Amino acid sequence: MSAPTSATSGGKKAKSQVGWWATIRLLRESPAGMVGAGIVVFWCLVAIFAPLLAPYAPNANQFDVGPVASPSFQHWLGTDDQARDILSRIIFGSRIVLTIAPLATLCAYVVGCLIGLLAGYYRGWVDTLLMQVCNIILSFPVLILYVIIMVKFGPSALNIIAAVTFVASPQVARLVRSQTLELREREYVAAAKMRGESAWYIMLVEILPNARGPLIVDACLRTGYTAITIGLLGFLGVGLRPPDPDWGGMIKDTYGFLLGGQVHMALAPAFALSSLVVGFSLLADGLREISLRD
Amino acid sequence: MLKFFAKRFGILLFTLLVVSFLVFLTFEFSPTDIARSALGQFATDKQLELYRIEHCLQWPFLHRYLSWLGLAPNCAGEINGIFQGYFGYSYQYRTDVDVFIWDRLGNSAVLALVAFAVIAPLSIILGVAAGMREGSTLDRLVSLFSTITTSVPEFGTGAILLTIFVVWLKVLPGTAPLEDSGGWSIASQMVLPVATLTAYYLGYLVRMVRASMVEVMTRPYIRTAVLKGLTFQAVVIKHAMRNALITPFTAILLQLNFLFTSVVVVEAVFGFPGFGRMLVQASLRGDVATVEAASLFAVLVVVISQVMGDFVYMLLNPRIRFA
Repeated sequence: MSAPTSATSGGKKAKSQVGWWATIRLLRESPAGMVGAGIVVFWCLVAIFAPLLAPYAPNANQFDVGPVASPSFQHWLGTDDQARDILSRIIFGSRIVLTIAPLATLCAYVVGCLIGLLAGYYRGWVDTLLMQVCNIILSFPVLILYVIIMVKFGPSALNIIAAVTFVASPQVARLVRSQTLELREREYVAAAKMRGESAWYIMLVEILPNARGPLIVDACLRTGYTAITIGLLGFLGVGLRPPDPDWGGMIKDTYGFLLGGQVHMALAPAFALSSLVVGFSLLADGLREISLRD
Repeated sequence: MLKFFAKRFGILLFTLLVVSFLVFLTFEFSPTDIARSALGQFATDKQLELYRIEHCLQWPFLHRYLSWLGLAPNCAGEINGIFQGYFGYSYQYRTDVDVFIWDRLGNSAVLALVAFAVIAPLSIILGVAAGMREGSTLDRLVSLFSTITTSVPEFGTGAILLTIFVVWLKVLPGTAPLEDSGGWSIASQMVLPVATLTAYYLGYLVRMVRASMVEVMTRPYIRTAVLKGLTFQAVVIKHAMRNALITPFTAILLQLNFLFTSVVVVEAVFGFPGFGRMLVQASLRGDVATVEAASLFAVLVVVISQVMGDFVYMLLNPRIRFA
């Protein structure tokens, strides 16, 4: 987590435990960040305690009320076109989003950090080659890439993660590269070289931890957008396989009923997804705000 | 300057080539049987075999790619490919790609341009208003608004707008087939797709303009202008805005890539007959020629807009020289 105290005084090693608490304390001063953190924590808790919170099984048909039932006391958000309880599906759907989105972001970061560090540290032809590859991927319209990857390799969580990694790692690499180009000129890098440390040690231990400030903000934002991507793939019909609840797929399945006036079925997952992404965005805003403060 | 364009043009051609090869390659690993999806599930093995021979599907991958490019003879024995301006044959629509693709591209372009015409001025006004006094109530409100609109996915915005304006108020049509349907004019059909695109895209640009404006307002020449006794309005419009718009201007062009994504989604949401929907369907059915054509157009627009962005950036910012 970005500790603003050590982020600016680059040379010092992170005081990790102190840093975490300092960040959380500082975040309290940013109302938007607090709201964002609250929303994200809320959804995390929902995901963890899903079996306890959900009133019904997510894939079970509720024959007592039938399909397309409006919200009632038995079914707070009504039932969908297959008579499944929407609230339970949203609660269980949070598990899927909150597993895949952070995992995909993490994978994109591992690949992106490696590319960015190598390009920024070695410069020269390594930089030119890696960045040219990244530029080619970046000039490819993102969604076409997603659709082609998902359609060609089949819908599964692993393929979503692979697709997001492929698309997002060049963007991460650019960010890491620009940070590395700046940080490699610092005294502590020179000192490490003098000590005879290996290039990998310098990149991973000296440069990367000191570049973490902007990276954490970006990762937070990116996790939110990955959640959108997962929803998007579900909405276009190339996401996860039914029947397990996936927010995007839930919207897609019930979109046809929207114009008929049964709006609750599509709106509920749309609001769930939107609130999660808003949470991540506000949290990122808050983190950015406190990292700029000093 | 000539060198700048020559180099960029070279990169563009290289990118197009690489992209077209990658698209072809992914279709090679496709589980979709083209003959099966073209002839339907009741076709016999014999028919499938004949279809494959007729369309030369049994040729090796590289041979088919080269003939699609126009560097090797194609199925009819003639050299006719992308280099000769022929986009290939669509298995899905059973006709040449250029018969239908221009209509679709045109529709998408109209949607994107109308949205762009709304987004650009709006984002400048909101961004400048928010960024001229950092931390003011207006700034906080605009920032919060842009964070929220950018975080709500297009299909979410679409669902909410449909609920309000179509289901409850009944003032707009819910789909945009761009032909006379239910007495709604084409203009009224465009409103919701454009609004959805605007909502998603506006926030990002507002943030860019705002951030740039905030930075410019701390510069010494702004302080000088204020100390000269100019009104705040004159400082903002004459001194700050001109400099603050350089970065966002290029950002607008660089982000066309993402506008494309949104266009595809919005087309799916509103049943808009654009190239995005065509592309999704074509990739589902293994229609490689259509996907190639659509991808190449998308890459072309994106790369050209990037070059334009770089070019304009250099024109606006004399400190950066052509390289």
